[in-house]
Amino acid sequence: MKFKKVVSAALIAAMAMTFMAGCGSSNSGGQASSGGQASSGGGDGTVFKIGGIGPVTGGAAVYGEAVKNGAELAVKEINEAGGINGVQIEFNYQDDENDAEKAVNAYNTLKDWNMQMLLGTVTSAPCVAVGEVAQEDNMFMLTPSGTAVDCVKYDNAFRVCFSDPMQGLESAKYIADNNLATKVAAIYDSSDVYSTGIYNAFAEEAENQNFEIVAAEAFTSESKSDFSVQLQKAKDAGAELVFLPFYYSEASLVLKQAAGMNFTPIFFGCDGMDGILAVEGFDANLANDLIFLSPFTPTSEDEVIQKFVQDFEDTYGGTPNQFAADAYDGIYAIKAAAEKAGVTADMSASDICEALKTAMTEITIDGVTAKSLTWETSGEPSKEPMVVKIANGDYAVVE
Amino acid sequence: MSFISYLINGISLGSVYAIIALGYTMVYGIAKMLNFAHGDVIMIGAYVVMAAVTGAGLPPIAAILAAIIFCTVLGVLIETVAYGPLLNAASSLAVLITAIGVSYLLQNIALLIFGANTISFPKVLSIPAIVLAGGSLTITGEAIVTIVSCIVIMTALTLFIKKSKSGQAMLAVSEDKGAAQLMGINVNGTIALTFAIGSALAAVAGVLLCSAYPTLTPYTGAMPGIKAFVAAVFGGIGSIPGALIGGILLGVIEIFGKAYISSQMADAIVFGVLIIVLIVKPTGILGKNIQEKV
Amino acid sequence: MSGMKKMTKTTRNNLITYAMVILLFVIMQTLVSTGNVSSLLQGLLVPLCAYIILAVSLNLTVGILGELSLGHAGFMCVGAFTGAFFSKCMADAIPAAGFRYFLALLIGAAAAGICGILIGIPVLRLKGDYLAIVTLAFGEIIKNIVNILFIGRDADGFHFSTTDTRSLGLLPDGEVIVNGPQGITGTPKDSTFFISVILILITLFIVLNLIHSRSGRAIMSIRDNRIAAESVGINITKYKLMAFSISASLAGVAGVIYAHNLATLTAQPKNFGYNMSIMILVFVVLGGIGNIRGSIIAAIILTLLPELLRGLSDYRMLIYAVVLIAMMLFNWSPKAIEWRENYTAKFKRNKKEA
Repeated sequence: MKFKKVVSAALIAAMAMTFMAGCGSSNSGGQASSGGQASSGGGDGTVFKIGGIGPVTGGAAVYGEAVKNGAELAVKEINEAGGINGVQIEFNYQDDENDAEKAVNAYNTLKDWNMQMLLGTVTSAPCVAVGEVAQEDNMFMLTPSGTAVDCVKYDNAFRVCFSDPMQGLESAKYIADNNLATKVAAIYDSSDVYSTGIYNAFAEEAENQNFEIVAAEAFTSESKSDFSVQLQKAKDAGAELVFLPFYYSEASLVLKQAAGMNFTPIFFGCDGMDGILAVEGFDANLANDLIFLSPFTPTSEDEVIQKFVQDFEDTYGGTPNQFAADAYDGIYAIKAAAEKAGVTADMSASDICEALKTAMTEITIDGVTAKSLTWETSGEPSKEPMVVKIANGDYAVVE
Repeated sequence: MSFISYLINGISLGSVYAIIALGYTMVYGIAKMLNFAHGDVIMIGAYVVMAAVTGAGLPPIAAILAAIIFCTVLGVLIETVAYGPLLNAASSLAVLITAIGVSYLLQNIALLIFGANTISFPKVLSIPAIVLAGGSLTITGEAIVTIVSCIVIMTALTLFIKKSKSGQAMLAVSEDKGAAQLMGINVNGTIALTFAIGSALAAVAGVLLCSAYPTLTPYTGAMPGIKAFVAAVFGGIGSIPGALIGGILLGVIEIFGKAYISSQMADAIVFGVLIIVLIVKPTGILGKNIQEKV
Repeated sequence: MSGMKKMTKTTRNNLITYAMVILLFVIMQTLVSTGNVSSLLQGLLVPLCAYIILAVSLNLTVGILGELSLGHAGFMCVGAFTGAFFSKCMADAIPAAGFRYFLALLIGAAAAGICGILIGIPVLRLKGDYLAIVTLAFGEIIKNIVNILFIGRDADGFHFSTTDTRSLGLLPDGEVIVNGPQGITGTPKDSTFFISVILILITLFIVLNLIHSRSGRAIMSIRDNRIAAESVGINITKYKLMAFSISASLAGVAGVIYAHNLATLTAQPKNFGYNMSIMILVFVVLGGIGNIRGSIIAAIILTLLPELLRGLSDYRMLIYAVVLIAMMLFNWSPKAIEWRENYTAKFKRNKKEA
């Protein structure tokens, strides 16, 4: 028994020491310039420290991984081109397992590392939690893909992606304007913030439009492999269009099961649908005629996009999706705003935040998710969603 | 018509649960442990098939065999390294927690090797679907294969346990470890054999699960694993026919709950029925009633 | 010293546990006030307290009552949501944060305790793994229900719905308080390290006193031999229910702490699902079943470990799993225990000879 006690005491002591060590020099994240960290190539004041938060383990890892890759690619490019006003960027990406509490831990880890600006977080619920803490610290944050309304509640927070209500609204409008259907069914993830956020806005707008929601069926993260009931109900209700506001992993199953039961309505998705063709081994024919709103298409002729897609494929192998694109634009937006505001690497996070708050609304970047991307003081980007339709196993922009 | 269609869907979903539950119940019956890592062995099995088919270009049958062998070895390895030393520990919970550790380990190994990307599982079973009633009813080929393999495996397992010497040894070990040892049965060997069979079943379950619902991520096994655990308890854990009945019932209840009550409440309905069943019949549908000795 | 000797062994043992918590608090508080603690650890202090309470309370069910529960996170969820709901509603009515938080704690504990009784009555008739699966089922049901719950408030009072915010029929000035899967956002951040440590001490006080009381001995006799306990006239249902509901309401307290530490409260599989229940069980088993101090230590180690391993980036969770398995083997395997005992014996002998 005694031996065990000694071991556990030693373990706790060792842990406590590790937490203490390396932070004696940093004190608080606010004074990024004072403490010197030998490990961080060049030390403070000579580089911009940008932190990133997103899930790289757990069920949502695929989205966090994409953001990580997209952001790292942008950082690499910027650094090779001379950095922000000649100052290199250092990027540190921390795992949050798609959990609000872990996300705050990740944020604090980054603060200990003397982060000056934050690209994150990737998913909505952690983003709201981190937003609250970041607001207290007056830390500039730009979420690549946090779609919930509350993600950009404070003036220090901006986002690259569309918000949930905006996507629901635009989807409903598009369906009505183009007379795609009069009877619409919706299938959504009732345990997910993103999915219900879009669905609610969609259902609200549907009341003002010329179509009717004939079936609204939910699924949960506990039972998301079998969609036969939801599809059967949509079929029985005579739906001509099925609205799928969720991510492509589940959507690939929905499409397969619908094909299995000979149900062929129009399928309509949101930006989470982007990436469905990149699913290894997925039969692209199943997705033919799938329509979705997306800020990004890898097949676009646009020069900037083509270069991004090419570089991404060379570095990571595999086509970038909208998460990677949002992160890529996010880093470039930070760069543009930092240059506009003329911030320097020895400024504190709070000072940088103050400067970037106004600079963000003044910049225009030529991004991969939109031509001439600008931001409003509310934190929302002003960009038009593209309507993408899958044809012959490839993405194609409609209009 | 939609009722029959729901029923068929319920049975095919349930047969997937059943085949996973078989592995759970096997191991529980003999080693008296809840192997929480079972779902993750399934996931590993599915990745092996995927790698063998798309990576090495093996024919499906060879790939499935490779997965069975791989999972069997993996199962025995896990048993030897992680569970074996704890099977005689002071509390049966110790090995349960280790199983959770193994589950995390397998998930993260898969995450490192294969990445987090969703992979669409290759088509290894090419059985045509049966279309009835002029196209309004379809039974997918995967469902047929799953149900048939479920029954075949169940029969084979029952025969194996009843007729073979090792099967009898398993029964003896599950009844009374100490007495079995005294009768000259190699208890550790028998437990290892159980894990080997359980893991081989996991490989088969992995193929069937991912054929029916063809997405594969490092976390694919976790949720079906828990559901199958529920199914095994439903039918009476430790009972092989119980696993089949529990699995099918769970699938049917899940689908009917979604169809006729509320799709938002599907989980609550499934678990609610489970609670009612257990309150009425505290050892599951086919579970043995343990007489307490005073 | 003589005073120490007069005390019974259990009293001394309990005092050591209290002293350990207080000492840890004093050390951490000093380090925080002198600015020697990293932001990460500072942010972890309150969650750590919540996990310690969870581990101690589950130990009451698993270690003292001897029943395996896989639904502890469900009670935490009930406490978290009722507590946060109360605080959100009363944020304007009761401006005094301390008093409001105190009420929230009471309400969270009461709600979770009532749930514990409601669930306990039917469930505690079951045994072993069947009980485990039913508690798991209850945990999942609670999470599922919370996820479809919409509550809004306007001039007319409260509105409830299980479908979406539109069906609440709120007046324009109304606000949505519980928004389905988006949960409750903007809960006041009332949890502090100091209050949380006080709550740990109260938890310890309740649990340790219960264990060493007449009721506690009755509960343990049920664990050791139900039939024998029944035959000497112990009311099995009453005592089982007592332990179970106390355990549940303490989990509710932990939930309130958790909810008032984050700006957003959602019921995800990660925080209130069976994953969390299992995680708490891991604390209990690793720390030693029935060993309250062990639970505290295990909760601290296992909460800090993944954060410490952040430097390993991609290998973080892998190493975590390996360490967990290794610790379990080291703590529980009969062979490891034998080796440890030999080693300690040898160590003692050497000391005597020297």
